[in-house]
Amino acid sequence: MLVGILLLGYLKRVRVYEAFVAGAAEGFNVAVRAIPYVVGMLVALGVFRDTGALGLVVGALRPVLGALRVPGEILPMAIIRPLSGGGAMAVVADVIRTHGPDSFLGRLASVMMGSTDTTFYILTLYFGSVGVRRARHSAAAGLIGDFFGFAASLLVCRMMFGG
Amino acid sequence: MVNLLWVLMIAAGAAVAAAHGRIGVVTDAALASARQAVEMMLGLVGVMALWMGVMRVAEEAGLIRLLARALAPVARVLFPSIPRGHPALGSILMNIAANLLGLGSAATPFGLKAMQELQTLNDDPGTASDAMCTFLAINTSSVTLIPAAVLALRAEAGSINPAAIVGPTLVATCCSTLAAVLADAALRRLGRRGRGRGLAGVGRPGQAGRPRGGLPRRA
Repeated sequence: MLVGILLLGYLKRVRVYEAFVAGAAEGFNVAVRAIPYVVGMLVALGVFRDTGALGLVVGALRPVLGALRVPGEILPMAIIRPLSGGGAMAVVADVIRTHGPDSFLGRLASVMMGSTDTTFYILTLYFGSVGVRRARHSAAAGLIGDFFGFAASLLVCRMMFGG
Repeated sequence: MVNLLWVLMIAAGAAVAAAHGRIGVVTDAALASARQAVEMMLGLVGVMALWMGVMRVAEEAGLIRLLARALAPVARVLFPSIPRGHPALGSILMNIAANLLGLGSAATPFGLKAMQELQTLNDDPGTASDAMCTFLAINTSSVTLIPAAVLALRAEAGSINPAAIVGPTLVATCCSTLAAVLADAALRRLGRRGRGRGLAGVGRPGQAGRPRGGLPRRA
C-alpha cells in the first residue's frame, strides 16, 4: 500500500518527496504536541489505578457490568473517549502496557479508540468556529453514537477474539 | 468536564492510598506514568511521521477528491436541505473523504469551511441548523477506515498482529455513525414536535456551543 500510494503520486506528477516531508513534519508535530496531554492523562490514570481506586470502582460496579459481561478494566476508556482524544489514546496505551497489545482487553481498547471520535471536542470546535451557541440535540446524538460504537466494539471483539 | 474527571481520578487515588496508609504510592505512580508517557509517545513519532507523509502524497495525488465524488449520492440523501451544487456539499464531502482516509488534519479545515457555508444557509445563526446537526453527528462518530495512530501504538508495543483490529474497528465505527445519524434524525423530529409545546431548544446550550474565538486545541 505504501509503495502503491507513492507510485501513484509519482505518476500523477506529485512532487512526492516534498509532499512526503511536508506530511511527515505534520505527523511529527501531531505526535509531539500530544505528549503533554498524554502525560497528564497517564499520570492521573496511573495514580487512579496503582492506588487501587480503579479496583474499588470496578468492584462496586461488578454486578452491573458482570450482568452485561462488560470487562470493568475498560470503563475509563468509555468515560474518557468522548472528552479527550489524547486522554483516550493514553488509556489505550495503558491497557496495552498492562494487559498486552494482543490480549482481549488490548484489542478491545484499540477498537473502541477508532470506533468513534472525541464528541465534545468536535462540537466545541465546529460550532464555536461559526458562533453557534445552541447545539440542539448534537451532544445527545454524538453520545448515542459513542454508546453504540462501544457496544459494537465489545460485541465484535467478543465474536472475533473471544474473551 | 475533563478538568473535573482529571482531579477526581487523582484525588480518589490519593484518598484510597491514604486510607491504606501508603500515600507514597501516589508519587511513585505519577512519576512512573509520566516517564512511560513520554517514552511511548517518542516511540510513536517516527511511525506517525511516516504515515502522515505517505498520506500527504495520497492527498496531493487527488485521492480525497476521488473519494468525495464517489460519496456524493449519499450526501444528497443525508442533507436534503442543502441546495444542489451549493459549495457546502462539496466541503462536507471533502471532510468526510479526508476523515475516511484517516487524514484528520486535512479533514478539520474542510469541516470548518463546511460549517461556514452551512451558516450562510442558516436562518438563525445562533442555533445549529438541521444540516449542521447531521454533519456533526457524522463527524463526532468518526468514519475512519485506517486508525493509523492506534496501529502505530500497537506496533510499538510489540503486537504480533497490529492490524488485527482494523476489521472490527470498521464494523464498530459504522455502527456508531449509523446510530448517531439515526439518533440525529429521531431527535430532530422530537424537537420539532416539542417546539409546539414550548419546549424549544431542549438541546443543552453552553455544553457544546462555546462562543467564537479561543478555539480549543485538539486534546
